[in-house]
Amino acid sequence: MIVSAITFSIFYLVPRLAGATPETLATRYVGRAATEETVKLTAERLGFYDPIAVQYWNWAKGVVVGAEYDYGSGVESCPAPCLGYSFITKQPVWPELLDRIPVTLSLAAGASLLWLLAGVATGVLSALKRGSIFDRGAMIIALAGVSLPIFFTGLLSLAIFSYQLGWTLPGGSYTPFTENPVVWSQSLILPWITLAFLFSAQYARLTRAGMLETMNEDFIRTARAKGLPERTVVVRHGLRGALTPILTIFGLDVGLLLGGAVLTEKTFSLPGLGKYAVDGIVANDLPKILGVTLVAAVFIILANLVVDLLYAVIDPRVRNQ
Amino acid sequence: MSSDDSVQRIERGAAFLDVRDLKVHFPTDDGLVKSVDGISFQLERGKTLGIVGESGSGKSVTSLSIMGLHKRGVAQISGQVFLDGQELVSSTPDEVRLLRGKRMAMIFQDPLSAMHPFYTVGQQIIEAYRVHNKVSKQVARKHAIEMLDRVGIPQPDKRVDAYPHQFSGGMRQRAMIAMALSCDPDLLIADEPTTALDVTVQAQILDLIRDLQREFNSAVIIITHDLGVVAELADDIQVMYAGRAIEYGTAEEIFESPQHPYTWGLLGSMPRIDRERTERLIPIKGTPPSLINVPKGCAFNPRCNYAHLNGGASETDRPELLDVGAGHKVACHLSPGERAKAWETDIKPKL
Repeated sequence: MIVSAITFSIFYLVPRLAGATPETLATRYVGRAATEETVKLTAERLGFYDPIAVQYWNWAKGVVVGAEYDYGSGVESCPAPCLGYSFITKQPVWPELLDRIPVTLSLAAGASLLWLLAGVATGVLSALKRGSIFDRGAMIIALAGVSLPIFFTGLLSLAIFSYQLGWTLPGGSYTPFTENPVVWSQSLILPWITLAFLFSAQYARLTRAGMLETMNEDFIRTARAKGLPERTVVVRHGLRGALTPILTIFGLDVGLLLGGAVLTEKTFSLPGLGKYAVDGIVANDLPKILGVTLVAAVFIILANLVVDLLYAVIDPRVRNQ
Repeated sequence: MSSDDSVQRIERGAAFLDVRDLKVHFPTDDGLVKSVDGISFQLERGKTLGIVGESGSGKSVTSLSIMGLHKRGVAQISGQVFLDGQELVSSTPDEVRLLRGKRMAMIFQDPLSAMHPFYTVGQQIIEAYRVHNKVSKQVARKHAIEMLDRVGIPQPDKRVDAYPHQFSGGMRQRAMIAMALSCDPDLLIADEPTTALDVTVQAQILDLIRDLQREFNSAVIIITHDLGVVAELADDIQVMYAGRAIEYGTAEEIFESPQHPYTWGLLGSMPRIDRERTERLIPIKGTPPSLINVPKGCAFNPRCNYAHLNGGASETDRPELLDVGAGHKVACHLSPGERAKAWETDIKPKL
């Protein structure tokens, strides 16, 4: 609620501050060729002259129960959740978002799984072999991973694996999972790896630091004193203890990513939320931007909720007595 | 043939636990830290050895290296440790690991940090039992409940599913003891088992350790800086200073006729109920030495009130640990006469 109100205010106030009037906004719907009268009429009908609170109320009502737009020659009904119509395509925003969410979801799910596995495994090994060649090598690669931008690693990997070697499909060949799972994974494998490379670097460093600390705890000595094999000591006792902060960051990252991995989607021409948002921004298409922002906010809030619940699963001390 | 026999016997160690010239050194950037520098003692089943000393005297490192829990790859360890005939220092880490928990177990100082906060007490005991016993989870759980019952935890069938943070300090240490004893070990090492506990709980825990020792007939090493604890439990006492044993004897000998000035100092700094309240405790002057730059000669000489009686020997020669009769050993340059005189006239009246 609060998030939607703030987002709405920002997106409606900023254009005003930048000099946009109800008329110029309405022009975006009716086109430049329309007469001044038509523009004013449209602005009137779309409620652009109303105070911001009323406009927000109507918009929020649209999200919850749907809305009907009277465009003069007829009534267009926009069922809930109605996020308005795009200025440019004249299509309702919500169905378009629905089309794009699975793409972003696929990207985020695969990449997050990959980076969690790779990052944590590298971090654990680095911590155990602290100061070794593996540790130093991994940390240098991690540094590179954090520093190199997606559009560099992404384009590079596209050039090599897709265009030179032909191992994977080029950008823009996304196919939904339900249509063809094989092509789906082939088209996503490069974005997954590229994105995971960026993130796993951070996770490797985080895991390494956490493990170095946990492995010095007294309970690790106890676990060894029981005669447990070293692998059990490391995984069951060490990693379990180091997992909490990793989980926190993981929840935030996945939430952020679900709101659209802008650079990755743009680089690999994936029709996801991020690309949708960028298109909206470039075209000054306010309803689009507003819609993506709201969906992203919902994802981030959900991800945080899941993380909080997982805390209780991981750490019994968090549970209520 | 007979010479072969004796070689065999020596190789297998003479007592149940036979530690010979154990040294644990840590190379650091500042120099070689000699945490333990030549410790020898023997311990039979059913007996208790108390190792006493200040912080940094090497008592904890001694016990950790017997268990094979010292920092691998960092520590330089030499000497021999025989546990029931098996030499541990030259054994592979995996061989020692299989003995850990099964034949030798350890209780730690702070039971809160020594238990994993994310697993229930039961899970941790079950885990300890199942490493060394191929049994189902249900059987191990029953065993865990039995163990909790044995160490005096009320409602063990309910408490077995509680987490360590839901236990009180004393209960936690009882649970640690239950975990350590779950595989019926022959050797139990208790590293400051009561330091983190309330005084009233301390006595209970010590009673528990003594009772369980009788029941299991295990050898116990109790490590502490608290002479009250060893007075309660130990048959023999080894006093350590700067990584070496400076006095060794039966508990009676150590308390009735201690020979080393450092032991006198420890006794003097122990509060006693039967002493006048107006009298002050007599602390040992100075601080424990750095283990990198151990003082030449007798390591205790800078803090010793009697070092001047030895004509410079205290500063140049390190005294050997020598038998002064009936297995009572002491490492001191003072002559037996001087020691007896100092004890009778200076120290004993003040205790």
